[in-house]
This record gives sequence, structure tokens and C-alpha cells, in this order.
Amino acid sequence: MENIVIIGNGISGITAARHIRKLSNKKITVISSESKYFFSRTALMYVYMGHMKFEHTQPYEDWFWDKNDIHLKEGFVNTVDTATKKVALADGTSMMYDKLIIATGSKPNKFGWPGQDLKGVMGMYHKQDLENLETCTPGASSAVIVGGGLIGIELAEMLRTRNIHVTFLVRENSFWNGVLPAGESEMINRHIREHHVDLRLSTNLKEILADENGRAKAVVTDTGETIPCQIVGLTAGVTPNIDFLKGSGIELGRGVKVNRYLETNIKDIYAIGDCAEQHEPIGQRRTVEAVWYTGRMMGEAVAQTICGKRMPYNPGHWFNSAKFFDIEYQTYGWVFANPQEGEQHLHWMHPNGKMCITIAFSQQSEEFLGINTFGIRMRHEVFDRWLTEKKSIGYVLKNLSEANFDPEFYKKHEKEIFNAFKNQLTLSAV
Amino acid sequence: MSTVHKSMSLAGEAPVALNAIQRLSVIIGVSGLLVILLAAFNINFPNKALLLTLSLSAIFLGIILFSYGAYANKTAGIKNDGVWMKSVSSRGFWGWVSGIALTGFYVILYFYAELLGLSPDGNNKGIVALFDPLSKLLSGNPASQWFVYGTLYTVAILGFGIKFIWKYRHNRYEVLRTLSVMFFQTAFAFIIPEFMARLNSDTFYLPYYDLKNIWPLNYYNFEQYRIDGFISAGNIGLALLIFGILSIFVITPIFTYKYGKRWYCSWVCGCGGLAETAGDSFRQLSDKTQKAWNVERWVIHSVLVFAVLMTTAVVYTYLGYDPNKYWLTKDLFLVLVAAFLTVLFVVIWVFKRNELKKDALYGAVGYLAIILALVGMHYSTGSNIFIFEAETLRSTYGFLIGAVFSGVIGTGFYPIFGSRVWCRFGCPMAAILGLQQRLFSRFRITTNGGQCISCGNCSTYCEMGIDVRAYAQKGENIVRASCVGCGICSAVCPRGVLKLENGPLKGRINSNDVLLGNDVNLMDLLKER
Repeated sequence: MENIVIIGNGISGITAARHIRKLSNKKITVISSESKYFFSRTALMYVYMGHMKFEHTQPYEDWFWDKNDIHLKEGFVNTVDTATKKVALADGTSMMYDKLIIATGSKPNKFGWPGQDLKGVMGMYHKQDLENLETCTPGASSAVIVGGGLIGIELAEMLRTRNIHVTFLVRENSFWNGVLPAGESEMINRHIREHHVDLRLSTNLKEILADENGRAKAVVTDTGETIPCQIVGLTAGVTPNIDFLKGSGIELGRGVKVNRYLETNIKDIYAIGDCAEQHEPIGQRRTVEAVWYTGRMMGEAVAQTICGKRMPYNPGHWFNSAKFFDIEYQTYGWVFANPQEGEQHLHWMHPNGKMCITIAFSQQSEEFLGINTFGIRMRHEVFDRWLTEKKSIGYVLKNLSEANFDPEFYKKHEKEIFNAFKNQLTLSAV
Repeated sequence: MSTVHKSMSLAGEAPVALNAIQRLSVIIGVSGLLVILLAAFNINFPNKALLLTLSLSAIFLGIILFSYGAYANKTAGIKNDGVWMKSVSSRGFWGWVSGIALTGFYVILYFYAELLGLSPDGNNKGIVALFDPLSKLLSGNPASQWFVYGTLYTVAILGFGIKFIWKYRHNRYEVLRTLSVMFFQTAFAFIIPEFMARLNSDTFYLPYYDLKNIWPLNYYNFEQYRIDGFISAGNIGLALLIFGILSIFVITPIFTYKYGKRWYCSWVCGCGGLAETAGDSFRQLSDKTQKAWNVERWVIHSVLVFAVLMTTAVVYTYLGYDPNKYWLTKDLFLVLVAAFLTVLFVVIWVFKRNELKKDALYGAVGYLAIILALVGMHYSTGSNIFIFEAETLRSTYGFLIGAVFSGVIGTGFYPIFGSRVWCRFGCPMAAILGLQQRLFSRFRITTNGGQCISCGNCSTYCEMGIDVRAYAQKGENIVRASCVGCGICSAVCPRGVLKLENGPLKGRINSNDVLLGNDVNLMDLLKER
């Protein structure tokens, strides 16, 4: 019986384990130093906010793993010996494998800021980060968050529920505008401020100051300002969590280098999820994709390969989602912050300033390329089909209501959207 | 020295403390309740009408002001901050205190009504007397413990309904649904029966009741005194009787086919109305384990079988008392019941046996066997009394199910087991609607492709204890007998994954049609298994 060892019990590793179990009776062991049972990382924020308890973030009941004969091993992998096919754990034990899947995810970026390892300074990624934040919270009255991405804004939302004053340092001149088109980015700026977060755009962290107990007491920005705080959140992106593989012979770049079959340079070793780095980008995707959904897809694909149906990681059309305080965001296909060569954007915003969509299409072929939607839910299945069938912008605009996924009785906006876009299209044609 | 100022502000504390407005609102609300409590000790208030008005207004105002304090200064959106940190909503100290207090109230209400001041001769004392003026205004009769309960129930649904609407003001489905339960409670459950009672006199008796309270939830609707009452009241009585029968055999199946059981359970029903409004703070306490689901299926369907047997026995018995009075003979009645159940069963068997899981089939076969065996035994022994004493069945049902289950446990335990314990484990009406919803209905909760992040908000806030996430993360639609369609899973979902919908039956349960984001070929492979 083949012995499969998976390092990491996040969405990628667990999806791989579940699908290998569906397809085979191989021995499966999942090693994790973070938590015994699989939980949803993206839900940690809700535990801090009191929407859920930690146990609610666990998608499977505890008996599930025994019943499906998936062994869970709590431990930290120090090294991987590829010659003897052995992983060595921090507790001194080791474990043999026939096939190894590396699914160790990410870790928060730290750019060598002075004071970045002080007490009260943390990322927001691991379960331990949440526990750390919980420890630092009592008595804290203000916090500074460094880095304007998805985790940063979630951390801001979390801290605001504890009545902690939040200063949010964002390097860019508008929130997440490397990804979001200007109108959307500005809408989120407004929404952040509406939630009483002190948003500082075009501002960087210079250093974190310590009090006499080695705890953060203030940050200094590159504008020369000193902002007192008891909590510093470092949320300037994440990096593959692969330090333990250095010197193992497994080819590393930013992440573990893999081919389309998620195979590393060493036979029988695979890498999936946040920690995997493709040799070549797939379509317009990044080579390292730190996204829940891509981790899940890679887990499904690698399970097929390991169970004898060699299968490339072949993701369908890009999609993603997030929630910015009260505003939900979904995206299907590609909408870049700025239209690329030969592309055009149509942008509609509701007068209430909390709902908008941006549609990207090709100017020449009029092919629909992607949509960003804020405050209006849309159907994945419909856009996936439209993208596959290369529908025209005209078709998409006419049939937009087919894609609506808002709850029943919600006010529909397709007509306004259609008219607004008709105007924009006529104007640009002139 | 730390720079922390602990005493200066609430900074860094979990969002559990009440703000100044909410504290004031609690004082106002509790003072309203206090008046009622004082009345229990037979303090003889001079102007009962005025005092009752003040008391109920204070309770109502307290709830509204509390909601204002909670939501007015917040942006529209999900308001679950601190739910699992507040002791009242997480089985903490105040949760248990309110659970015990509520349970105590129900025990007194159902079994010791005299403690509330009820007097059979209409010479009420205590709390019941306090409500006399309102009862006399509406129906002309003195109040009973049920009038007291109905009034407080209505105030609760109206007050907490406004709170709920405030909380979910961004969600029109929730707003409309809540307005609907508020309307049905006030008009159908509270006011119309009282006006119907006005029609009655010494010479005219019409059973007055909550018209939307359908058998078998209203398990006594077909008892002899009711039937006699309907028949004696002429055309209007006959119309009501026919309406009662059509409600369960025609109206309910049509609506449930079109919209799922939600049309009743979370838009119309009074039990549901209270659960969705006053019970909203406790919805997250329902048990989501698979074990609880197993228990649920056996218990709720057993109650349904019990209700059917009991009603059959009761009707059968009184049909025999006076064969000339009813055109339906008792033997014909039994044959009709047996035939109806058999036809129903055969239809399900023929069309839906592939969809049913094993234990559902065992259960269905078992229950049918029990009922047919009882009917068979009746004929073989020639007994007149249908094996069980009908009256014993009726009183046992009334005590166990009508009082203990639906009242004491169903509502008294809100803060411990969540707000839908009765609806989930006990309600025979929900069982019937649920069977149909699972088998013959256009309703489903659609999952939005691959967008689920398995966060668990949907499962946590499902008052029926459905593990919604288990379906959503597989990209599978949710078609569950117990779902009452409250829509909260969809509301709390941070990624826009869930939508309550009515659509064609074909492909309603789409476990083979998932779209999680991988390319089509891989999806084909995944489907093979």
C-alpha cells in the first residue's frame, strides 16, 4: 500500500487527501504544526469578531478523519531527505513516504523593518497569529496596519469590532489599486473611512518603536510621523512558507518550483497551493497563486496524478471574491486595474456609492473579458460559460440579469447598468 | 509603565457591553415586565387598563430602543459582532438564566395557570385580571391565560420583528419575510380569533381560532367539539371546516410545491414567527452534528405518525357515537385513511425511491406498516376502540407534544438549544411540509459555483442545524427537508455563494454538476466517481 505524506493541512493539502481517499485506499498522513484539524483560514477573522467560535471554522466533524482513514499528525517538519524518502520532525521522530505532497502555504511578509519582531507585532495568517492578537488585545486602544491588501482590510474590520482605533498605512495612493480599477478602489477608500479607520495612503512604515518591555508602542512612517499604538499588523502580502526545504535538493524559487503536473524536480514529490510556483505562468495568472480556490483546484488535480491518472493543473477561467467590511466583491475573468492594450473598461456606480461593476472587453473583437462586481452578487456558472463561449460585450450587457445572484426581492439594477454602458459605448465610439 | 488605559474606555474589549441607550432600554423593558410580575402577587392595581397599556408599551418601547442602540449608528450589513462572546447568546450565565426563566414561565402557563390568576368563573385575579380590559375590548370576554400569552407573544413578535428588520435592513428578503410574520401574528393569530369570539352567543357556537394554524400543528382541529361546532354554525362553520381540510390537503401542497415549506414556516407560522424574531439571537445555538440530524429525522417523523394515529383514533371514535349525525361512517373513515396513506406511499415509492436514502425508506416502510397493522387489527378483533383508547392518545399527545415539546422545550429552551427546536424535532406540520419539500418542490438553495471558502457562517447561523457549508463547499445545491427558508445562510455568506430559489425540478440536486473552477476535463473525471 502506497504511503502518501502531505505536509500542511490547509485547503490544498486536505483537498488532496480527500480526493486521494476517494480514488484509492492508499495510506494517507497529513502533518501539521498549526492545528490538529483542518479549519478555514479565511474564517479566522470571524472568530476574533465573535461571529463564530474556532470550532465552527472546521468544515468536518472530528470523526471524519478516522472514518476516512486519513491520519492526522501534529508536528513540524524540520527537513525532507529526498534520498531516503524521509521527513524529519521537530520532535526527533521521522516518517517515511512513498509520495510527498508539500502544501505548507504562506507566511506573512516582513521586509526587515526595525522592530518587526517586537511583542504586539503580528501578521494575520496562521491560527497562532489570531491567538497572538487575542493576547495583545485586552487594553489596546490603537493599532497600525501596514499593507493595503485583502488581509489588511480584514484586520482593520476585526480590530474595529473591539473598538480599537486603527491607522491603516497603504503604500499605494489608493487602496488595492494594483488590482482594482480606480473607481472601485476609491469606493473602498470611502468605505474604509466610513468605518472610522484612519486610512493613510501613499504612506510606508519606517520603523516600529518599543517600550521598555519590548512591546511595540508606536510606529514611525516615512512621512516622519510617529503614531502611538499597542498593536501593529503586518499585512504587506505573503510569501511561500518553504524555508525548511532549503538544502533539500528540491528546486526552489519564490516557492517550490513545479511543472503543470505539480511535480517538483524530484520524483514523487509534489507541491500545491500557496507554496507552489509554476515555472511558466498559466495564462494571465501569477506563477504563485495564494488564493483559496486555486489551492483547492491544485489539490484535486494532484490527487488524480497520484492515483494514476496523470493530470495537469489546468485551472478554468479566473475567479475570486472578497468582502470589504460590508461590501461584497466578486470577479470573473480578467479585469485589470488599468485596461491593457486593446481593452476597454465600462464602469457603473450606483448613486449610493456602495455598489459598482466594471466590465472589461476587447475593443477590436468586442469579446467580453471579465467583470468586477461590488455589492451585486453574480453567478459563477453563467460567467464561466460566457467566457468559454467568448460572448460579446453586447451579449453580456443584454443578458446581465441572467447572471444576477442577489437574494429574492432585491432591487435589480440591470436596466440602469445597461443604459449607463450604452452611453459610455456611444461616447467612446464618437 | 504600560501606556494602556484600562479604565478610560472600552477599547480592546470584546463587543459585549451594552451602551448607554441599550442600558436605558433594558430598564424600560424590564419595568414593563415588572408591572406584570407585580400583578402576579395580586397587587390590586387601580386602573388596570391604563397600567396594562403602560406595561406593554414599556416592553415594546424597550425592545425598539434596544435595537436603536444596537444598530442605528452602524452601517447596513451583517451584525453578528460578539454573538459568541455575549453570555446570553452563547449559553453563558445570562443564557441559562433566561432559559430557566422562560421554561418556568411555560410550566406555569401550561400546568399551573391558576398561579397567573386564572379563575374558571371569569373572576380573574393577578396577571390574567390585568389583561381583562384588553380581552373585553376585543372579544367581550374576560381574559384567560392563553389571552395573556397571546398578547405577550404578539408584542414579542412585533417588537423583535422591528429589531430584526433593523438588523437586516439591507436585505429585502428578510424585511418582507419579517413584515409577513408580524402581519400574520397580529391579524390571524391575535385579532381575528378575538373578533370571531364576539360572534358567539348562547345559541351560536363557532370555533374561533387562528385560521392559519393548520392541522396537524393545530392537532385538535378535527376533534368532536370542533366538528360539532363547525356543523352547528351553519354555512360559515362548514366553510371553516372545509377550509381546514383544504388547508392541509390542497393549499399546503400547492404552495409547498411552488415555494418550499418556507411559505409557511418562515413567512406565516406563529411558532416560526417567534423563532425568527425573539429567537433570532439564539439561532446559532442549534446542533449541527450529523448525530443531531439522525435524531431529528426519527423524532420528527415519529411525532407525525403519532399525530396521524391520534387524530384518526379520535375522529373514528366520535364517528361511532352517533352514526346518524355524520354521513361518514367510522369504517369508511378508516378505509379512507388507510387508502390515502397507501396511495401516498405508493406514489413516493414509484417516483422517488431512488432519491431516498436507506434509512428514510426503512422509516417510511416501518411507519406505513404500523398504521396498516393497526387498521388490520381493528378489523380482525372487531374492537370498537381502535386498540388504544382514543382519549388516552389525545391527552398524551396534548401533554407530551402540545405542551411539553412545543411550549416548554420548544420555546423555553431557546437560549440553550436554539430557536427552532420545536420546528426541527417536533412539529408534525413541518414534517409533512419537509417531506414534500424534499421530494416534490421547486425550492432549493443554489450554490454559486466554486466561490465557497468553507468559512462556516452559513452553518453556524442555520437555526435548523443544517450543515449548509457541507453542501456549499462541494458546489452542491441544498435540498433538505428541514430547511425553513429563512434566508440567513445567504445573508451571512461573505462571498455571495447561496441563493434561495424556486426553479424546475430537473437538476435541482446537482451533485454531479459542480463547478469548482477546474477545467472541464478534470470535472468529468471527478464526476466519474
